[in-house]
Amino acid sequence: MNDPAGFARSTIGRKVIMAATGILLVGFLVGHVAGNLLVFAGPGPLNAWSAFLKSSMLVLWAVRIGLLAAAGLHVWAALSLTRLNNASRPVAYARREPQAATLASRLMRWGGFLLLAFIVFHLLHLTTGSITPGFVLSHTDVYGNVTSAFQVPWVALFYIVAMLALLAHLTHGIWSFFQTMGWNHPRFDRARRVVATVVALIVSLGFIAIPAAILGGMLR
Amino acid sequence: MSIELKSNVPAGPLADKWERHKFELKLVNPANKRKHTVLIVGSGLAGGSAAATLGELGYNVHCFCFQDTPRRAHSIAAQGGINAAKNYPNDGDSVWRLFYDTVKGGDFRAREANVYRLAQVSVNIIDQCVAQGVPFAREYGGLLANRSFGGAQVSRTFYARGQTGQQLLLGAYSALERQVAAGTVTMHSRTEMLDLIVIDGQARGIVTRDLVSGKVETWFGDAVVLGTGGYGNVFYLSTNAKGCNVSATYRAYKRGAAFANPCFTQIHPTCIPVAGEHQSKLTLMSESLRNDGRVWVPKKKGDTRAPGDIPEAERDYYLERKYPSFGNLSPRDIASRAAKEACDDGRGVGPGGRGVYLDFADAIARLGEDTIRERYGNLFEMYQRITDEDPYHVPMRIYPAVHYTMGGLWVDYNLMGTIPGLFVIGEANFSDHGANRLGASALMQGLADGYFVLPYTIGNYLATHKFPAVDASHAEARAVVTQVNDRVSRLLAVQGTRTVDSFHRELGKLLWEHCGMARNAEGLRTALARIPELRAEFWRDVKVLGTGDELNQSLEKAGRVADFMEFAELMCRDALEREESCGGHFRTEYQVDGEAKRDDARFAYVAAWEYAGDGKPPVLHKEPLEYENVQLATRSYK
Amino acid sequence: MNLTLHVWRQPDAGTPGRLERYEARDISPDMSFLEMLDVVNEELIGKGQSPIAFDHDCREGICGSCGVMINGVAHGPMAGTATCQLHMRSFRDGDDVVVEPWRARAFPVLKDLVVDRSAFDRIMQAGGYISIATGNAPDAHAILVPKQDSDRAMDAAQCIGCGACVAACPNASAMLFTAAKVAHLGLLPQGQPERDRRALGMVTQMDLEGFGGCTNYGECTEACPKGISLETIARMNRDFRVAALRERGESAAAGAP
Ligand SMILES: Cc1cc2nc3c(=O)[nH]c(=O)nc-3n(C[C@H](O)[C@H](O)[C@H](O)COP(=O)(O)OP(=O)(O)OC[C@H]3O[C@@H](n4cnc5c(N)ncnc54)[C@H](O)[C@@H]3O)c2cc1C
Ligand code: HEM
Ligand code: HEM
Ligand code: SF4
Ligand code: F3S
Ligand code: FES
Repeated sequence: MNDPAGFARSTIGRKVIMAATGILLVGFLVGHVAGNLLVFAGPGPLNAWSAFLKSSMLVLWAVRIGLLAAAGLHVWAALSLTRLNNASRPVAYARREPQAATLASRLMRWGGFLLLAFIVFHLLHLTTGSITPGFVLSHTDVYGNVTSAFQVPWVALFYIVAMLALLAHLTHGIWSFFQTMGWNHPRFDRARRVVATVVALIVSLGFIAIPAAILGGMLR
Repeated sequence: MSIELKSNVPAGPLADKWERHKFELKLVNPANKRKHTVLIVGSGLAGGSAAATLGELGYNVHCFCFQDTPRRAHSIAAQGGINAAKNYPNDGDSVWRLFYDTVKGGDFRAREANVYRLAQVSVNIIDQCVAQGVPFAREYGGLLANRSFGGAQVSRTFYARGQTGQQLLLGAYSALERQVAAGTVTMHSRTEMLDLIVIDGQARGIVTRDLVSGKVETWFGDAVVLGTGGYGNVFYLSTNAKGCNVSATYRAYKRGAAFANPCFTQIHPTCIPVAGEHQSKLTLMSESLRNDGRVWVPKKKGDTRAPGDIPEAERDYYLERKYPSFGNLSPRDIASRAAKEACDDGRGVGPGGRGVYLDFADAIARLGEDTIRERYGNLFEMYQRITDEDPYHVPMRIYPAVHYTMGGLWVDYNLMGTIPGLFVIGEANFSDHGANRLGASALMQGLADGYFVLPYTIGNYLATHKFPAVDASHAEARAVVTQVNDRVSRLLAVQGTRTVDSFHRELGKLLWEHCGMARNAEGLRTALARIPELRAEFWRDVKVLGTGDELNQSLEKAGRVADFMEFAELMCRDALEREESCGGHFRTEYQVDGEAKRDDARFAYVAAWEYAGDGKPPVLHKEPLEYENVQLATRSYK
Repeated sequence: MNLTLHVWRQPDAGTPGRLERYEARDISPDMSFLEMLDVVNEELIGKGQSPIAFDHDCREGICGSCGVMINGVAHGPMAGTATCQLHMRSFRDGDDVVVEPWRARAFPVLKDLVVDRSAFDRIMQAGGYISIATGNAPDAHAILVPKQDSDRAMDAAQCIGCGACVAACPNASAMLFTAAKVAHLGLLPQGQPERDRRALGMVTQMDLEGFGGCTNYGECTEACPKGISLETIARMNRDFRVAALRERGESAAAGAP
């Protein structure tokens, strides 16, 4: 590319950045939810999985930095485009009736901010242990951390709400990803919606299952 | 007076005239082109294509249109298609056949050499448009599709769904915008030409009004090109866009350009009838509907039964009855007149009794609703949207409406009017369609003029004339500007009681009545007596609010209607003068068995009117039409 | 029928405007929306009040001049219909109707319901053409175009440039308009040589005009009187990305003035 700055300045360029980083984050989440679901298999498997992830500091930090960068770029693109979009209609309509925009598409920005807040909280909560209402973070017993953390109802509820936001964000986001990358063809246009919805449902419901099961007393 | 109608048709055999002429035309030195400024008024197919091409050639072009962007010129609305003598279907078409059909279709009132050239360059137009990316309809093999149109016996019409004019105009518009980007063309949108500046006998400039700020400005150049379209809106109700006007050409006429055949107007037979007083324009339904629809009215006068309740035996399929061999496919002028006769006879249908049925019941029974839907689905939908009636079950109601004007400023073979340096192209000139235009030929003519004729002929003019520097301080320019400003102030100063539209509607009705589908001396005299009165009333009682220094749509309309008020008189005068029936001009006194009776001995000429001053009758000049290559024959469609 | 209108009135670009209330009396359901405004205007003029300015020309849905927000919907309640083709039978007696101009930073209001859409022309200048000078064309049959491609190009080429897509988009984005042209020319063999340049130039100009970005809401296609599809936007996204990645020494603004 000759002019990366120009590309990143263009609206479509920023959208492509958002889509590419968004899809990386989706990839992480798919792995994350799969790993987390081991909680239903008991402390052994989950803790072993966690230990495996931490077995190489180099890989761990590489992944962390990658994720951080992706999230940073994603949020930067989202914020700067949101600012532009808000400025592009200085006088609002007195009356406005959306005809097509889905609820999910209209929740992207608010949902995105909720997710950002969630991520910050989540890292302080289950990764660094800076905020640990009702439990003490152990660096080896992830199973214990999770099962005790979600005993606290508001924490579990906050997680569930955030995961609903994630559901909305991904339902539109994954479909939008195809659209932004221009990967479309009349033959799989319908499939794009289906894939997006199914992936979003699997990921978010997979996550929700955990606090829900713990709060409901099915796991302890 | 001073005008001399020199057609400047080159000598030699018809087929070689244009080639030879192109060679004989003087060229402008490429290095000098940039020094020549050309003012082009109009951005339709004619003006847009001319501006783009002259820009490509390197001239300094200024282009003007009253819409907010050149892409909205009225050409955008053309539906059916564009003719070209490509003979791709191998069905016997040729340049000669297209030429002959056009001359005959025009009822032998067009100039042979111009029409032949039109047929010749028609093939280049298709090439040019395809290269620009115009998505003409295609066959599965990837070749261009053709259809037959307007009763032609060959398939020579190229089309892009029902939006041919749109696609052709967008092609010309894209070429134009490319030149704007290249800096050769400066586009002035929302700018209306209000007058022409003639200095030392040459057209050297125009006066415009910026429709947003109201600013009156002057523009100067070495030539002025008018591609300002037709004047069908003089009738108020027509298929033309609301902004179509006669102002540019009429102002030029008042500055000395001869106006030719103003009475030649075309009435299209298949339009949606008027629904009420509020109606602001009429909508064309494609002529192709007559391929499957049958036209009828009840036999009984004043029959108010629903169409379905009228038994077969009590219906009059009048086109099939009167013209057994062409039937429902009779040409536009004939079908239109027959509809009017039926309605005049008290047998019209629908509100006000001004409509006839176009019935698809038989076609649906024969071919099935699906086939009909496939052929005309979008038209049926459009009809239903406007009338709220379902044409699959209730016959359509149609009525003729004003559609096109063959008359226009007189031009010679080089498309130059009687004022040196004033070129006129597209529907604004009179040149190629005689007394009646064939379907799909107006788009062809507009693009022929703009892409392939004017760019050559204007070069010759620029290369052979001198252009002393002129600017806004020139006495003549100042005088014209003063007159323009005065007129604007006068319109605003009247402060009467009636709106511009109400005057326009009244004028339209008057003309439709007396100078419409059928005319006669008595009616024309009535109109000629009434128009000046109406005009006086207009200037006494029109109400235009606001000021001249703002976006003021009433003021724009008022200026246009004021010109229509004068022009209408010229039209009626021309119609009265032409004591014969030909093409769209039908004089009830001149007919045999209900068919038009042309009078070649007395009227085989172009009537070119010269303005003689306010209150004085215009002077008629005649350009005799000589046919060296075709035999004058009577059109018969029985 | 009778209606109560709330119409945006603004004397000129520099003066703030506001909604004014008007009664539209004895409206026939057979009138078009613009004819209804004509009637209101005739009455206003009669009363010595300045008539409502609105853009219109063809009044048959093809020139793209007309277009207003009607009760918060671009071109009003009937899908696939320009304002001039909307008929009053889409409303009910006694309805309140809010009429506003297209609103976007890139479409400043000139007066009442009239906006300046010249940004569209400048986007076209930045590459919305095939560079073929008059007379240079090969025979029309020298280039074969599969019917399918030609039909799809035509689908996109139908855009009338009305600006409803911008008006309806929550971001006031001009993606659908721009994409329609990029898709039209990009689908044809004639359009290939300039495909990269075109996408780069037109998108760059679109951004410069101050339109918003696309977040794939899909409001635009819903408002579009010609049903231009979202697929065209995907095409343009791809064309732009690919072009930016394989740019050959041309600046991203290539083709822009
Ligand atoms: C509904 C309809 C369907 C038609 N279908 C067909 C068809 O299928 N095939 C066919 O061949 N023909 C058809 N025609 C006829 C054809 O469309 C027109 O004759 C042709 O397009 C005229 O082109 P033009 O360039 O001469 O003028 P226009 O396209 O009318 O352009 C006039 C230009 O002049 C400008 N202008 C006018 N006055 C002024 C002024 N005072 N100051 C500044 N600018 C001014 C306008 O802004 C505009 O840009 C149809 C016509 C109608 C009404
Ligand atoms: C878990 C983390 C996240 C994931 C997996 C994710 C995923 C995605 C995806 C796939 C897209 C679609 C990109 C496209 O339009 O092509 C997207 C868009 C978007 N994201 Fe995120 N995102 C995440 C976090 C966030 C955060 C924290 C914010 C805000 C601060 C945010 C704001 C947005 C916005 C505004 C869009 C644009 C919507 C659009 O263009 O349609 N996202 N996201
Ligand atoms: C119910 C839902 C979730 C649960 C139970 C959960 C659980 C956990 C746990 C236990 C850890 C620490 C892992 C370890 O230390 O080995 C962790 C880390 C992390 N989680 Fe989650 N998580 C959930 C949802 C999410 C979501 C929705 C996101 C993103 C939007 C997310 C992003 C992260 C990140 C970025 C880390 C840090 C990884 C690292 O160490 O680098 N989590 N999560
Ligand atoms: S894409 Fe549709 S809505 Fe947008 S300008 Fe074109 S026709 Fe109008
Ligand atoms: S509504 Fe706007 S956000 Fe994109 S899909 Fe259409 S331009
Ligand atoms: S007035 Fe032309 S599209 Fe509505």
